[in-house]
Amino acid sequence: MIRIIDLHKSFGPKKVLRGVNLTVKRGETMVVIGQSGSGKSVLIKHLIGLLKPDSGEIYVEDVEITHLRDDELMRITKKFGLLFQGAALFDSMTVAENVRFGLERYTRMSEGEIRERVTESLALVGLSEAECLMPFELSGGMKKRVGLARAIAYRPEIMLYDEPSTGIDPIRADAINDLINKLKCDMGITSVVITHDMVSSYKIADRIAMLYDGEIIEVGTPGEIRSSENAIIQQFIHGQADGPIKDW
Amino acid sequence: MANLSPNALLLGAFEQLGSAGLLFFKTMKNLFRRPREHQILLQQLEEIGVRSLPVVSLTAAFGGLVFGFQTYTGFHRYIGPGSETYAGPIITLGLAKELIPILVGLMISGRVGSSMAAEIGTMRITEQIDALHSLGANPIRYLVVPRTLAAFFMMPCLVLYGDIIGILAGYFYNVILMGVNRVIYVQNTLMYAEIWDVATGLIKSCVFGVVIAIVGCWQGMETEGGAEGVGRATTRTVVISSISILILNFFISKLLPATLKGG
Repeated sequence: MIRIIDLHKSFGPKKVLRGVNLTVKRGETMVVIGQSGSGKSVLIKHLIGLLKPDSGEIYVEDVEITHLRDDELMRITKKFGLLFQGAALFDSMTVAENVRFGLERYTRMSEGEIRERVTESLALVGLSEAECLMPFELSGGMKKRVGLARAIAYRPEIMLYDEPSTGIDPIRADAINDLINKLKCDMGITSVVITHDMVSSYKIADRIAMLYDGEIIEVGTPGEIRSSENAIIQQFIHGQADGPIKDW
Repeated sequence: MANLSPNALLLGAFEQLGSAGLLFFKTMKNLFRRPREHQILLQQLEEIGVRSLPVVSLTAAFGGLVFGFQTYTGFHRYIGPGSETYAGPIITLGLAKELIPILVGLMISGRVGSSMAAEIGTMRITEQIDALHSLGANPIRYLVVPRTLAAFFMMPCLVLYGDIIGILAGYFYNVILMGVNRVIYVQNTLMYAEIWDVATGLIKSCVFGVVIAIVGCWQGMETEGGAEGVGRATTRTVVISSISILILNFFISKLLPATLKGG
């Protein structure tokens, strides 16, 4: 479904991605783990064309997207839903207007269908009563759930989650994990999740990839990652300050 | 500071110019594409037009008064008593062609350009622009096109309104306050001032409107670095658009014919 081949990206002198290779299969949940600032968000932004790589290729269903023109890229982008780390809600709009934003502009759905989809999406994230609230009236966790409702309202084929459990309490985080699993089971959504939360990773991942020093150093099932002999992975998944990772 | 060689500065300036030019080009390309954001266009028309009326009224009124005062003094002192009746066409020409378009341009760049940069800059740093993109929306079509169109259409309206206020203020100073002969003052104004003088100012104001919107949106889109970055973007918007208005004003004045009457 998604193939990333030898992806390089620098910002000025800082090389963030140094040849990332990764394949995500249709219907699977791929969790990308790595330290803060390791380039996980940069990687995810390349998948929907928010960033252009210095070199390398990204295939989405056999279409190479890094060289597409804006309008062609928009067609591919519509396959994706993205949950932002900070939710990125439009602060001049109510919750319902946020959720219906893409539907009323870029689909041929009728007003009734849109209203039904908005209600359904908000119910899915447990925020049916929040339709008329403004983003500044929501807690961090609620914002994240509205962001999720907005992303799934479109019924995307691929969901990208940027730190879905960051900034919310463990119970809400677990509820989000359940939701990610539910979306996968009910809608067959392919997911790429960026996180450094190992509890979430084990719960939702079909496979886990570790991004370190600009490269994917290992990919495997949660079991394989747990039993990896790579000292970097062991240090990271056990959250130890001592080990080969020094640049923290 | 060691990096700021003349070459690096020149290169940086061209890079900035290229970046703004590219946004302008993309805006023009998206001007007639669907979906059109009528709601945002209406909001911006109100924001740029209706909400700017008080500041334009004050600016034009005092601009007209001070211009009327200096023109009166000039005629009275250098040509002699009675010649002040010729102040009318001079005031009309000066205000409509130069002063009002520039004053309104500077005011709108301060009031509207900076607010565009702040709003879009905040959207940039809170990832709302990325969110637009992820929802299949083209941020240029959604954010830049309606603002540019609104500025293009509202600036001439504001300038025309400012012209009327300014010319009335000049009349008020000369005729009401200083006792210049009303009939001859008006006669001279109608005889020597041309519609083209007003049209020149309106043409300029359309260009200024586009400059203000493009610079504000461009600086907003380029914002990085949190609240400090938003502050920098708003300041740069006012500085860049104000200087651009002053420079462009000179070149447009030179390019457009001074009069459409023969000779």
